[in-house]
Amino acid sequence: MSTDHIVKSFDEELSRLSDRISRMGGLAEVQIERSIEALQRRNTEDATQIIEDDARIDELQVEIEDLAIQMIARRQPLATDLRATVSGLKVAPHIERIGDYAKNIARRTIALNQTPPIKPMFTIPRMGRMARGMVQDVLDAFTNNDVAKARAVWERDAELDDMYDSLFRELLTYMMEDPRSITSCTHLLFVARNIERIGDIATNIAELVHYQVEGETLTEDRPKTDEASVTVVDSN
Amino acid sequence: MTNTAMTEENTPKELEVTVEANETSDAPLTKVDARDVNVYYADNHALRDITIAIPENHVTSFIGPSGCGKSTFLRCINRMNDTIDICRVEGKIEIDSADIYDRNIDVVQLRAKVGMVFQKPNPFPKSIYDNIAYGPRIHGMVAGKTDTDELVEASLKRAGLWEEVKDRLAQPGTSLSGGQQQRLCIARAIAVSPQVILMDEPCSALDPIATARIEELIDELRQNFTIVIVTHSMQQAARVSQKTAFFHLGELVEQGNTEHIFTNPVDKRTQDYITGRFG
Repeated sequence: MSTDHIVKSFDEELSRLSDRISRMGGLAEVQIERSIEALQRRNTEDATQIIEDDARIDELQVEIEDLAIQMIARRQPLATDLRATVSGLKVAPHIERIGDYAKNIARRTIALNQTPPIKPMFTIPRMGRMARGMVQDVLDAFTNNDVAKARAVWERDAELDDMYDSLFRELLTYMMEDPRSITSCTHLLFVARNIERIGDIATNIAELVHYQVEGETLTEDRPKTDEASVTVVDSN
Repeated sequence: MTNTAMTEENTPKELEVTVEANETSDAPLTKVDARDVNVYYADNHALRDITIAIPENHVTSFIGPSGCGKSTFLRCINRMNDTIDICRVEGKIEIDSADIYDRNIDVVQLRAKVGMVFQKPNPFPKSIYDNIAYGPRIHGMVAGKTDTDELVEASLKRAGLWEEVKDRLAQPGTSLSGGQQQRLCIARAIAVSPQVILMDEPCSALDPIATARIEELIDELRQNFTIVIVTHSMQQAARVSQKTAFFHLGELVEQGNTEHIFTNPVDKRTQDYITGRFG
């Protein structure tokens, strides 16, 4: 907002809220990147560290929620301030889920590192980069009240869903061709699913940006192409 | 058999929905209709082109910084501004489609129909009983003591004051606490069967509990009266009203559904005012 509050401490609190959200988002983005890298490099040590570091994201969620609730109690925010406070309250658990998915990817990596390496590793890093990009862009949009940027992320999720759908089919095929690959492929399926879910959360955050700026909930169905949940691959 | 059962089940729900829709004012009737109202204090153009429809049996709040004209406009609705020599009112204000500034209007009758409650409670220097009875007596609304007794009791009950004062009706109105005095003033206004009640910052002088009781009373009263309240408290406007109008520098900047004004106002001036970005 261009104008400052008459009571400066109100502005300071809003800044603090925004700052914490940026920090939490930044950590989550890094966790996504690190977890994909640990997966590619088959690095158990890194993966273990990622799992530990998730605690910091959880702490920030608590801080943000406390701050938002305090602001509601003490400031009775209205209009844009109310929407900013409520959006802050709603975005924190979203970012925390992103962190959890990155942590789960790291867990799967530790399991995968105990099985022989498997062929289809290209799609997953690509998906991972795309998801990280979406999270970065949507959190930028959130901090800068950029509805257009948020909308672009909202629309990109369809591409991520497509990648997941085709990877799902591919992995099913591998498993049928070579039953020894079932353990690895199953873990990879979960990894891919986690990345796809990160994309979904990014679209949820995009909807929050829309609410924060426009004051209305986005009611359109986002472009979702989740065919994987109904995919059947013929063994013949 | 199944169809009948479904219809029977559906009908009560449909009725419920209809009633709710009426209560939440999907196109309520207009009680007070103001169009292009301009008010001058000598050369000072205090209010410009005010156009607003006050809905019947709802609470409409006027908010805005000091000096913005909201109280001036409130006083137009019961022609209290007539008592101010230098004040000139132009434009049209209609209640139930009748122009209240028409030459044939009896202003005294108007002020019974459109009651007013002020910021500082101002009970008459009379007993509690006479505070309520005075208006109906001079308007010839009561025939004798029984009539008057009933009307006094009914008015005090409606204002939520009866239990507290029924055993001391002969005591002066001024012996009551601030919150009680204000409820007495509301009872006094109700006693002459108004249709509209104007309230100019009715809770400013009251503590939070007294304020809450008045707000609860306002909520009950709106079933039977049209209420317009001027308030400095944004939170109060948000709590009690269904429609809110924001005044600034003599202009009616924005008006609309209270929920909308306080969550997503259209005008930046409204936004800045309600978020405390200017006073």
